[in-house]
Amino acid sequence: MDWQALALTLKLASVTTAILLAIAVPLAALLVLGRSRWLAALEALAALPLVLPPTVLGFFLLVLLGPRTSVGRGITALLGHPLAFSFDGLVVGSVIYSLPFAVQPLVAGFAAVQPNLVDAARLLGAGSVRIVVSLLVPLARRSLVAAAVLSFLHTVGEFGVVLMLGGDIPGATRTLSIVLYNQVENFDYAAANHTAAILLGLSAAALAILYSKGLRRGSAYRA
Amino acid sequence: MLELALKARRGSFHLEVECRLASDWTVIFGPSGAGKSTLLRLLAGLDRNSHGDTAKGKISLDGRILTETSRGVWCKPGRRRTSLVTQRSSLFPHLGVEANVAYGLSSLERPIRATRVAEMLELVDATNLVKRRPQDLSGGQAQRVALARALAPGPRLLLLDEPFSALDGVASDALIGRLQTWARANGVQTVLATHDATDAFSTGAEVALLREGRLIAQGPATEVLQDERERIALRLMTP
Repeated sequence: MDWQALALTLKLASVTTAILLAIAVPLAALLVLGRSRWLAALEALAALPLVLPPTVLGFFLLVLLGPRTSVGRGITALLGHPLAFSFDGLVVGSVIYSLPFAVQPLVAGFAAVQPNLVDAARLLGAGSVRIVVSLLVPLARRSLVAAAVLSFLHTVGEFGVVLMLGGDIPGATRTLSIVLYNQVENFDYAAANHTAAILLGLSAAALAILYSKGLRRGSAYRA
Repeated sequence: MLELALKARRGSFHLEVECRLASDWTVIFGPSGAGKSTLLRLLAGLDRNSHGDTAKGKISLDGRILTETSRGVWCKPGRRRTSLVTQRSSLFPHLGVEANVAYGLSSLERPIRATRVAEMLELVDATNLVKRRPQDLSGGQAQRVALARALAPGPRLLLLDEPFSALDGVASDALIGRLQTWARANGVQTVLATHDATDAFSTGAEVALLREGRLIAQGPATEVLQDERERIALRLMTP
């Protein structure tokens, strides 16, 4: 069992989830409350990673963050090392790749909040930030949990972007899905079974937590 | 004094109203679909141009411009010192009654806020509801709390869109009476939209008669709603 890869995978998923929530909550609020005609384009852009093959996204990021572009050279000068083939680079790739999994549940949750509640808050002097913090987030807390769980799981299971952008550097970019790939490539099916079972267990446990916080089952039909 | 000259389009519905409301208690009277709610939302600053719906014109309250589309002036809802209470409960379901009423008082210090909340709940006869959740309130109780929340920040203009529909006649009259006294004492101009003529007669208000998005008459209830008065009298006399 590659404990180092497991720890790195959990670290990557946790950091990515935290960053994604910080980005996705204001972005989803903007998409729901905003009035600009450009918001449809912004929503499409945020959903793009859903349909983009991970290897394509990984390749674009590898090129963008590499020494051939001014962006890549600028980041290298700023950090002292290139983002490609580093943990930080993986975080950037994971955040972009999992963005729709955080944004879409939040957009659905915020949009389900009754508009008359938002109007009432506006009339009582609440600005956009207060409306999000005091109204949308508490009323859409299930969507917030869903966004966090989906982002976390999507990052745990990520392969194409990780391989393209991070390669296979133990302790830095080797995640569980890379380990599984290596094990299969080496015909070590016993070890691959263990790794796959851990990935499956993580996903099942997280989803069980998500759904256990859900509906009070049958409550609507109780006499 | 509230002065307005508005033209608005909501889908196929057109609203065109120009008037001056000087009375401290005005009733906008009209049947369902006359444009009462649209007018109140425009006064509150909640509706602007969007997705094919247009609104233009000017609104001023005591000489202060709230909306003037020709000059791009649009005062945000929370800065108009205007409150709106609607028929539909808009209490925040995740907050208790006390927190709901205190929502618009965040700039006040906690003791002053608590005193203000208690005063407003007493005004609407809802002191006993202070620890309840919105889900535990009846329709009438929820409307009382919503009214207390709207009054708490001290508006200059109070807009009421049939907010007493869930109260029985006696309770509604009593609440309107208390509200009228409070509004007069605090210099709050009130505009009540209703399709119930008895609301206009019981308050002795000035009436603006709205029909199909047009203001067709304005004046004392006894004059503007003469037909309604005769209809109600006839109905009461019919065995």
